[in-house]
Amino acid sequence: MMMTETRRRDAAEPAGEDASVPLRNDVATRERNAAVSAPGPAASSPPQSKISVRDFDFYYGAAKVLHGINLDIPDRKVTALIGPSGCGKSTFIRSINRMNDIIPEARASGTILIDGQDVYGGHADVVELRRRVGMVFQKSNPFPKSIYDNVAYGLRIGGMRNKRQLDEIVERSLTRAALWHEVKDRLHTSALALSGGQQQRLCIARALAVDPQVLLMDEPASALDPIATSKIEELIYELKENYTIVIVTHNMQQAARVSDRTAFFMMGRVVEYAETNAIFMNPKQKMTEDYVTGRFG
Amino acid sequence: MTSNLRRRRLFSRFFETLCALAVIIALIPLAMILFYVIKEGFGALNVDFFTRMPKPVGESGGGMANAIMGTLILIGIAALFAVPIGCLCGIHLAEFPGTKFSSVVRFAADVLNGVPSIVIGIFAYGILVLPVKRFSAIAGGVALGLLMIPIVVRTTEELIRLVPGGLREGALALGATRSRAVFGVILPAALPGILTGILVALARVAGETAPLLFTAFNNRFWSTNLTQPMASLTVQVFTYAISPYDDWHRQAWAGALLLVMMILLLSIAARLAVRRLERMNRT
Repeated sequence: MMMTETRRRDAAEPAGEDASVPLRNDVATRERNAAVSAPGPAASSPPQSKISVRDFDFYYGAAKVLHGINLDIPDRKVTALIGPSGCGKSTFIRSINRMNDIIPEARASGTILIDGQDVYGGHADVVELRRRVGMVFQKSNPFPKSIYDNVAYGLRIGGMRNKRQLDEIVERSLTRAALWHEVKDRLHTSALALSGGQQQRLCIARALAVDPQVLLMDEPASALDPIATSKIEELIYELKENYTIVIVTHNMQQAARVSDRTAFFMMGRVVEYAETNAIFMNPKQKMTEDYVTGRFG
Repeated sequence: MTSNLRRRRLFSRFFETLCALAVIIALIPLAMILFYVIKEGFGALNVDFFTRMPKPVGESGGGMANAIMGTLILIGIAALFAVPIGCLCGIHLAEFPGTKFSSVVRFAADVLNGVPSIVIGIFAYGILVLPVKRFSAIAGGVALGLLMIPIVVRTTEELIRLVPGGLREGALALGATRSRAVFGVILPAALPGILTGILVALARVAGETAPLLFTAFNNRFWSTNLTQPMASLTVQVFTYAISPYDDWHRQAWAGALLLVMMILLLSIAARLAVRRLERMNRT
């Protein structure tokens, strides 16, 4: 019922960029993006899409949790995924770096292209993929090792042994994650002694160390206090200069503050996907409006 | 209503008393064993006991130096044999918990845990003593190791499962392969607990007599040759205790006291090791 309504509305508004309508053609999407975003001052040139999702379905056993997702995530921008609990946004973000692979009986169909390469293709290498697509989790998960060893972990498993090189990248990553000044004198003490917010920034530093192109953040600030949260948000703002960031958040203000584009998920479908301003100020869908104004969810 | 409350109080009091009583009954044997072993054994425990060899029958004095060394060597062999097998096996069970193979292995470990130690001894006798027609320290160590394996397997499995799933995800998300994540992150996080499990298992097998009777057998002389029979505290205590000589009885008590103290020491060491590793893990 939801689908039919969505389609009808979409037909009535040809300019509406509704990702629940399957798009087969990349070029068509770009043109549409360009057409839609042309009036906006921020996007005078069409955003280069880094991740293209086409007809993506996901199943846990017999339960279908994602239905025909179509999204184009632009390069070096922050894309926020919002929606009520259980709407599939976490499942979706975890599909991008195939973290769902470790769940038995999980199954995907459709394609997710990163730089034109199919993540779920037959010869795709999961390990290589995850080095290109870093992830930060809801609950900070530093390893029970020293701060230094946490950040160096990804480099070491990549085979880097050169101490000077390691030192350099560890410092750079911690600096980028705005943590260097707080920890530079105790790099070799346990990471578990850091505060919650510091731990989360350490996890971001750890992800940045392997120099990914995409950074996935699954509710990175939901367990943090307001001060730590604002630090993470500032950090996201700075990081988008170099990284494509996808962030799942339950916090509407956070989505509005940090993201350039926002996708609203509902019951495993993308209801609306547009510039963040448009989603919050002028949503095309009734459901989006109800959600962002706090009428449900 | 008041009478109801009184009845409930009475009931509560009654069961509290019952629980306290049960605790006391359970502790009495332990206290008595400790008291008796110390009372009988302490007198015979002297420097000679640790440094001298057993004296021939009729001569008084002498010690159990060879048996002390023997027990250390035997549990060393047992650990070398059981720890790698047990740990790897436990890792497999924790990593692939749902497979048919894993449930078979888990069941096998539980059965092995329940096999009487004398049967384990006979098994080691059959495969390691009979073919070479000689009792050996290796056969004894392997028999003790077989007793250790199921304990190590189950502790390893349980402790690896207790490691938060977030650590695994964190490692995988950085491009670690599954084995890399297990050996580099998950196993180190579970290590303090696994170490305790190993020490507890060692303490348990250090007190075994039956599996050594026809594997390591006994030896009245100093020997560190692994292919020769080897003395052990437990077998020595057994031999002395069933002898008709008073002097040997005294030595048996001293040996028993030493065994109890060794096990106590191992347990304390396990606790200290855990505390140190945990401190390293947390601060």
